[in-house]
Amino acid sequence: MSQTTDTQTDSLTLVQAVRDGLRGEMARDDSVIVMGEDVGENGGVFRATQGLIDEFGEERVVDTPLAESGIVGTAIGMAAYGMRPVPEIQFMGFVYPAFDQIVSHAARLRTRSRGAFTCPMVVRAPYGGGIRAPEHHSESKEAFFVHEPGLKVVIPSTPYDTKGLLAAAIRDPDPVVFLEPKLIYRAFREEVPADPYTVELGEAAVRREGSDVSVFTWGAMTRPTMEAAENLAGDVDVEVVDLRTLSPLDEETIVESFKKTGRAVVVHEAPKTGGLAGEVIATIQEEALLYQEAPIERVTGFDVPYPLYALEDYYLPEPARIEDGIRDVVEF
Amino acid sequence: MNSASEYDLDLSDEDRIELLRTMRRIREFESTVQNKFADAEIPGFLHLYIGQEAIAAGVCHALDERDHLTSTHRGHGHCIARGLATDRMAAELYGKETGYCRGKGGSMHIADVEAGMLGANGIVAGGIPIACGAAVSAQMRDSDEVAVSFFGDGALSEGAFHESFNLAGTWNLPLVGIIENNQYGEMTGLDEQHPPAALDDLTIYGEPYGAARDRVDGMDVEAVYGAAKQAVERGRTGGGPSLVECVAYRFEGHHEGDSQFYRDEGEYDEWKQKDPLLTYPEKLIDEGVITEEEYAEMEAGIETEIEEAIEFARESDLPDPSEAYEGLYSEGGGHA
Ligand SMILES: Cc1ncc(C[n+]2csc(CCOP(=O)(O)OP(=O)(O)O)c2C)c(N)n1
Ligand SMILES: [Mg+2]
Repeated sequence: MSQTTDTQTDSLTLVQAVRDGLRGEMARDDSVIVMGEDVGENGGVFRATQGLIDEFGEERVVDTPLAESGIVGTAIGMAAYGMRPVPEIQFMGFVYPAFDQIVSHAARLRTRSRGAFTCPMVVRAPYGGGIRAPEHHSESKEAFFVHEPGLKVVIPSTPYDTKGLLAAAIRDPDPVVFLEPKLIYRAFREEVPADPYTVELGEAAVRREGSDVSVFTWGAMTRPTMEAAENLAGDVDVEVVDLRTLSPLDEETIVESFKKTGRAVVVHEAPKTGGLAGEVIATIQEEALLYQEAPIERVTGFDVPYPLYALEDYYLPEPARIEDGIRDVVEF
Repeated sequence: MNSASEYDLDLSDEDRIELLRTMRRIREFESTVQNKFADAEIPGFLHLYIGQEAIAAGVCHALDERDHLTSTHRGHGHCIARGLATDRMAAELYGKETGYCRGKGGSMHIADVEAGMLGANGIVAGGIPIACGAAVSAQMRDSDEVAVSFFGDGALSEGAFHESFNLAGTWNLPLVGIIENNQYGEMTGLDEQHPPAALDDLTIYGEPYGAARDRVDGMDVEAVYGAAKQAVERGRTGGGPSLVECVAYRFEGHHEGDSQFYRDEGEYDEWKQKDPLLTYPEKLIDEGVITEEEYAEMEAGIETEIEEAIEFARESDLPDPSEAYEGLYSEGGGHA
């Protein structure tokens, strides 16, 4: 690899930023271990770990048997004894065999041991739809994890944030579920600093400033939301807030944006009922009710198992549906 | 590893021709959808069964209509061997309304309760506990039905396998586990997924659970049939669970698009000599069970069948978006 200086950057896709982030943290800290199904020579289903085995060897890039509960449970034990494991789950829909370990144990180890044990582990998984794959290969169930106190949940939407948030997650002393929007793994490139850096967990990013309505979203839905905002420009002045960390939520940024606009739309691809939009809206009700000018709209997936091919395009929020949601709220 | 000669086979010429036909139909279906996938006609993921045909054909021939099955992400072969119609299967792969799941399941989720096919399964090892439940039901109804679960060598590492076989052993269930050892779990070889003691005999995992164990040449359809028949008989007569390892090879990638960097040199060619669709037709022709002309005729008929299946899939309608809610609950509807 070439010499890096503070200002050197590389033009990376989001999935390359995952790899670059892992590589940077592994080089900084010997206790960082990547593990999972086919993460070694194969470099993972989406090639997120490609090449790491050549650089760091089989001891630190570990191909595991097909056993999600075992992988994550083992990572918890490793973390409790000072390592920083980064287990990969191939698709978010395959995490359920490990759900027990994440929810029943990773999230609670610190509380149970009154802080004697910690769990600095990052469970990485690609999530979300749009790649023409069925059910488990496309779902977006971040709300399951947000509901569990003791876990942090992060979803980046840009290559820059991906590298920085992943580094922050790995250095964080507590367990983080890090969900990667696979639809935009290779959708675009961004200049990313070559040296390691962190993007603080728990901070939302205002992607576009506006005064008429706040649209809250994250992950792969950030792009269609930005597109909708641009399409409405001149007519409606849309603010787009990318939440980035879903647990803990950046309530301050959400509330501040809402106080400015008095109107909001929440966009997510997960099913509507029990989805995180409800939590964002409740926060606004609690903190800024008197600023509210219109009912808050949700533009989301539907309450069905993630549908196949033909229905997928109806399922996922796209710019036109998001624009309709924004107009409803603005024209109320 | 057992060959066909270890078993007391009761196969007539008609049975043997049927076994050949089933394997040939699977091969034709798979290579056709492989092409359609390459042409981007079929979306999503495709896990082909090419190389493993003898397993589905042999096992399903040992079953009766009243038995139950669970399948895997690599499930097309199981469905065809179980008698599902190739046109409705193709339609499901195309995501069409006329498919077995009305276009909602796709390649990895084909199910047909009428055929006792509880479903292919996108989740590795997901079908094994469900087969256990079918076996409990058979037992509680005092029937002599058995439940058969197909799964890969990789699935043996999942907790679901161990929990199921523990239940099956404890409750003496009529469960037949068919391990399809195709040498790889995705891109990783057996030796990186299992401890040394299991490598030469994966049925060792059945030992503590009291499963009857058998290990058979999975490229030999008659051997597979022989092993499956014994296991099924044991289940029917209250003998409890069995675990049968079928040693085979998959000739295509884990899924379409897999670069297959992990194969050892010469490995493919060595296995290719055992390809059941080379060896079995040859054997039946040699033994005078079928003539070359008859086999060519059979092949031509199968090619037409699969062509028509694809045509049916192409011409069928896509499901209407409003159908997304249908079948979600018994009373229909769902949240808006
Ligand atoms: C719970 C779960 N984990 C991971 C996967 C991804 N995956 C699909 S098939 C497969 C390999 C399965 O290997 P094996 O059981 O040997 O079956 P084979 O593909 O060889 O037929 C993996 C890891 C999955 N579908 N489900
Ligand atoms: Mg396998």
